[in-house]
Amino acid sequence: MKEYQTITEISGPLVFAEVDEPIGYDEIVEIETPNGETKRGQVLESSDGLVSIQVFEGTEGIDTKSSVRFLGETMKMPVTEDLLGRVLDGSGEPIDGGPEIVPDDRHDIVGAAINPYAREYPEEFIQTGVSAIDGMNTLVRGQKLPIFSGSGLPHNELALQIARQATVPEEEEAGADDEGSEFAVIFGAMGITAEEANEFMEDFERTGALERSVVFMNLADDPAVERTVTPRLALTTAEYLAFEKDYHVLVILTDMTNYCEALREIGAAREEVPGRRGYPGYMYTDLAQLYERAGRIEGREGSVTQIPILTMPGDDDTHPIPDLTGYITEGQIYIDRDLNSQGIVPPINVLPSLSRLMDDGIGEGLTREDHADVSDQMYAAYAEGEDLRDLVNIVGREALSERDNQYLDFADRFEEEFVDQGFETNRDIDETLDLGWDLLSMFPKEELNRVDEELIEKYYVEEEAEEVAAD
Amino acid sequence: MSQATDSDTVREDGVIESVSGPVVTATDLDARMNDVVYVGEEGLMGEVIEIEGNLTTIQVYEETSNVAPGEPVENTGDPLSVDLGPGMMDSIYDGVQRPLAVLEDKMGAFLDRGVDAPGIDLEKTWEFTPTVSEGDEVDPGQIIGTVPETESIEHKVMVPPDYEGGEVVSIESGNFTVEETVAELDNGEEIQMRQEWPVREARPAAEKQTPRTPLVSGQRILDGLFPIAKGGTAAIPGPFGSGKTVTQHQLAKWADADIVVYVGCGERGNEMTEVIDDFPELEDPVTGKPLMSRTCLIANTSNMPVAARESCVYTGITIAEYYRDMGYDVALMADSTSRWAEAMREISSRLEEMPGEEGYPAYLAARLSEFYERAGYFENINGTEGSVSAIGAVSPPGGDFSEPVTQNTLRIVKCFWALDADLAERRHFPSINWDESYSLYKDQLDPWYQEEVAEDFPERRQWAVDILDEEGELQEIVQLVGKDALPEDQQLTLEVARYIREAWLQQNAFHDVDTYCAPEKTYAMLGAIKTFNDEAFKALEAGVPVEEIQDIDAAPRLNRMNVQEEWEEYIEDLEAELKDQLREKY
Ligand SMILES: Nc1ncnc2c1ncn2[C@@H]1O[C@H](COP(=O)(O)OP(=O)(O)OP(=O)(O)O)[C@@H](O)[C@H]1O
Ligand SMILES: [Mg+2]
Repeated sequence: MKEYQTITEISGPLVFAEVDEPIGYDEIVEIETPNGETKRGQVLESSDGLVSIQVFEGTEGIDTKSSVRFLGETMKMPVTEDLLGRVLDGSGEPIDGGPEIVPDDRHDIVGAAINPYAREYPEEFIQTGVSAIDGMNTLVRGQKLPIFSGSGLPHNELALQIARQATVPEEEEAGADDEGSEFAVIFGAMGITAEEANEFMEDFERTGALERSVVFMNLADDPAVERTVTPRLALTTAEYLAFEKDYHVLVILTDMTNYCEALREIGAAREEVPGRRGYPGYMYTDLAQLYERAGRIEGREGSVTQIPILTMPGDDDTHPIPDLTGYITEGQIYIDRDLNSQGIVPPINVLPSLSRLMDDGIGEGLTREDHADVSDQMYAAYAEGEDLRDLVNIVGREALSERDNQYLDFADRFEEEFVDQGFETNRDIDETLDLGWDLLSMFPKEELNRVDEELIEKYYVEEEAEEVAAD
Repeated sequence: MSQATDSDTVREDGVIESVSGPVVTATDLDARMNDVVYVGEEGLMGEVIEIEGNLTTIQVYEETSNVAPGEPVENTGDPLSVDLGPGMMDSIYDGVQRPLAVLEDKMGAFLDRGVDAPGIDLEKTWEFTPTVSEGDEVDPGQIIGTVPETESIEHKVMVPPDYEGGEVVSIESGNFTVEETVAELDNGEEIQMRQEWPVREARPAAEKQTPRTPLVSGQRILDGLFPIAKGGTAAIPGPFGSGKTVTQHQLAKWADADIVVYVGCGERGNEMTEVIDDFPELEDPVTGKPLMSRTCLIANTSNMPVAARESCVYTGITIAEYYRDMGYDVALMADSTSRWAEAMREISSRLEEMPGEEGYPAYLAARLSEFYERAGYFENINGTEGSVSAIGAVSPPGGDFSEPVTQNTLRIVKCFWALDADLAERRHFPSINWDESYSLYKDQLDPWYQEEVAEDFPERRQWAVDILDEEGELQEIVQLVGKDALPEDQQLTLEVARYIREAWLQQNAFHDVDTYCAPEKTYAMLGAIKTFNDEAFKALEAGVPVEEIQDIDAAPRLNRMNVQEEWEEYIEDLEAELKDQLREKY
């Protein structure tokens, strides 16, 4: 392998070097600094005689006398089932002091796209035990459902609760023995603080989840450029476990905002024409190449389910990071600052939240026959109650009709009883839906116009209505 | 793109000079603009998009990882084209017309690169029945025979539009592959079932006409308030999660088009899978045939190469035009045109072109209008009439309609179905905002509605629009003082408006019955609400308090009209009951 000492320019995370042989686009590069440190990078552009290289570990310490080696291949992730239980850094090196990892295979980290024709439509209900999700925004196997949050909000707690509680009810019945081995969690951290990282690790250790997890840690003080690689390593591992080893893999990626900042940094260093708010114009495509690596494939047992977490700068969901994410993922769960300060746990705002794969994952035989109608009706009722809250502030409760007052009460009880369940409570889907009926039965039957009449007859809780009338 | 392409001119190979993502430059390549080339050792498919002296710029339709300078580039000498012929219905292609089913066979579940496959099966034989005889004169575009393509579609074999035409010297019925000659003309021209057409060029037509028939969608808010014509254009802009894709799917399922071309451009893989799974099981409400047998899918999902995303809308519309030429009404959905525009932007920025507004290339507006111009109601060159209706989803960043793609699209299309995040949040679906949306076809389609549905269709629609307008104004007051402070007649108007919104405008795409609503039912449902309105106001005038009017038992039944299969009976009963119960009060 040829070594070059031909660096002509170093700029931010980029290094430019002259070469006298053809170098492949995306190829992996090693750069050795004068003090013996080796850094890895990737070819961003290759032209006759000149390549530009993006250095993952940052360019500190590189000078024009550093030597450059081209490895002749694109970046690979060594994969094996033995990765389960291991903790790696953001570029895939073990940091847990464990034994050397002997790979089963090495996979390209830029995964090939799944042929849409080979996909299987996700419709297997995952019970997270969280009513605001199961009842209102159901998650299914193979879905990509991000959490839209803000800084300082308890999104990590929610992600951990989901990772802890997630089950597929059907399988529980079929036999619990083989189920445990089938489920795996991949955790990809990008630029999170050491404190947050500890929070995750402690929970993983406390619950024994680490055994069936692979952890990739790029922390806040690790190189930013490395963050562009971390999720790809995580997803490559996930695809291997899911589609070659039949695991049901849940991938938690946090924080996608840091990932996008790294993209922006590289774009700026390359002097690209920036897109909206300085983020690269290709950010949609780049994010899609991560998020689309979720799903099911016909004829294969496993699945990749993604829960990416992002903190919305300024809590603004029109910011390019949440906006582009929302355009790619199959819904989103909003963590709400107001609900959080009201002490609602988890503070999920169901109104802007959405699960697009819900419709096919629920109903008779999947969850329960009344699921869709209950959820629809609660959405409508909660939205109406929310609207009326503004009005109440102006005119007071007395000025509102009896009907309006019912909606206001519903909105309050919905938050306090349905959503506010705590991070430790695990509700099964029947409990969640029954609770929904308790709340809906505050209204007279005629008011439940989204629910099938037969279902009203079957599930409506008469006492609930009487109580309200008696008040 | 066809492998079968045999170019007569052998051209010189070039050499790769640089690689940057989907953009590759080559030197010494003898090529014309838009020629298809094979790039590198693996022969990745690409298209020439810029020529500057000895340097040719190519957009590559596949991933370029590991491709290096010095590798060869081979020119096919042909522009990017699609294969046209029987076998396109019930198919699913990527953005350059490679059949995804064949690709799965060849390389498994993940899309590898460097694999090509013809757009239509070259081996399969089709039963050809001539409709002209030896000795007949045929012109370019003329139909010379038919082939049963699927259960619902009879494929018409046509003289390619770029032929000269002449006297038929031989033609016979029988089973042929698409490459075998089915007819010969006296000038030596041979006609096969397969023809090729360059995607970036509109197929010729005799005349564009004013469209006068609606593309009936089975969606109440569209057919009822904002109808699109066969041959019309529409845009569906909206923020993420507001219902663009569901609306497009609804149109693909229920619109009364003969042919549907559905282009998934830079969107989700699972959404295409959903179509592949659902459509074969659904029946066309008009013909009763499986929907898939009239559908062609083009799927270039967001994680597939961006250059192929740029070309997928052209592939789609060329296929649409081909079926239009047979005299069919074709509906083309493109979800989402914003992703197409972004692909243009991405390529353009790699070319270091001067960026226009928000980084989009200066030719964005021109490309959009060229695309929508290919829609229309046409008299074809063979004398038949056919149409291409084009319906594009638009995904504005941050849901802000002032951005360039939405604005440039608005200048061209005649229907604007604006989706609204607020409505979607409260699960009012379809969340088409009735204040912002419009259709410029309304007037020219009224005669059809009057003839086919009811003489007073336009008046009834106008009544609904007026009530909704009035509600909008009243809501502003309600926001300040509460509903009970309004005079009784206004309270009643609000109640009627609520029924229009909840019982009529809302339509659940996932309910077996509600998903499709015939125009007659759309009309009758609104009629029942109007009956309630008329009777309720009579009662109010006679002194019945508004609360009593609202509380009659029959009124909530208005909310169930949508799910009735036997709706005629139900609505008739309901109207009678509404009348009885209200008249009883005075
Ligand atoms: N007519 C409808 N009936 C019932 N539900 C609907 C309807 N329209 C939309 N929805 C609901 O809204 C969700 C989002 O709709 P859709 O996927 O069409 O959004 P979109 O505008 O295409 O979003 P994106 O831009 O992110 O692709 C659907 O998954 C479905 O739950
Ligand atoms: Mg969509």
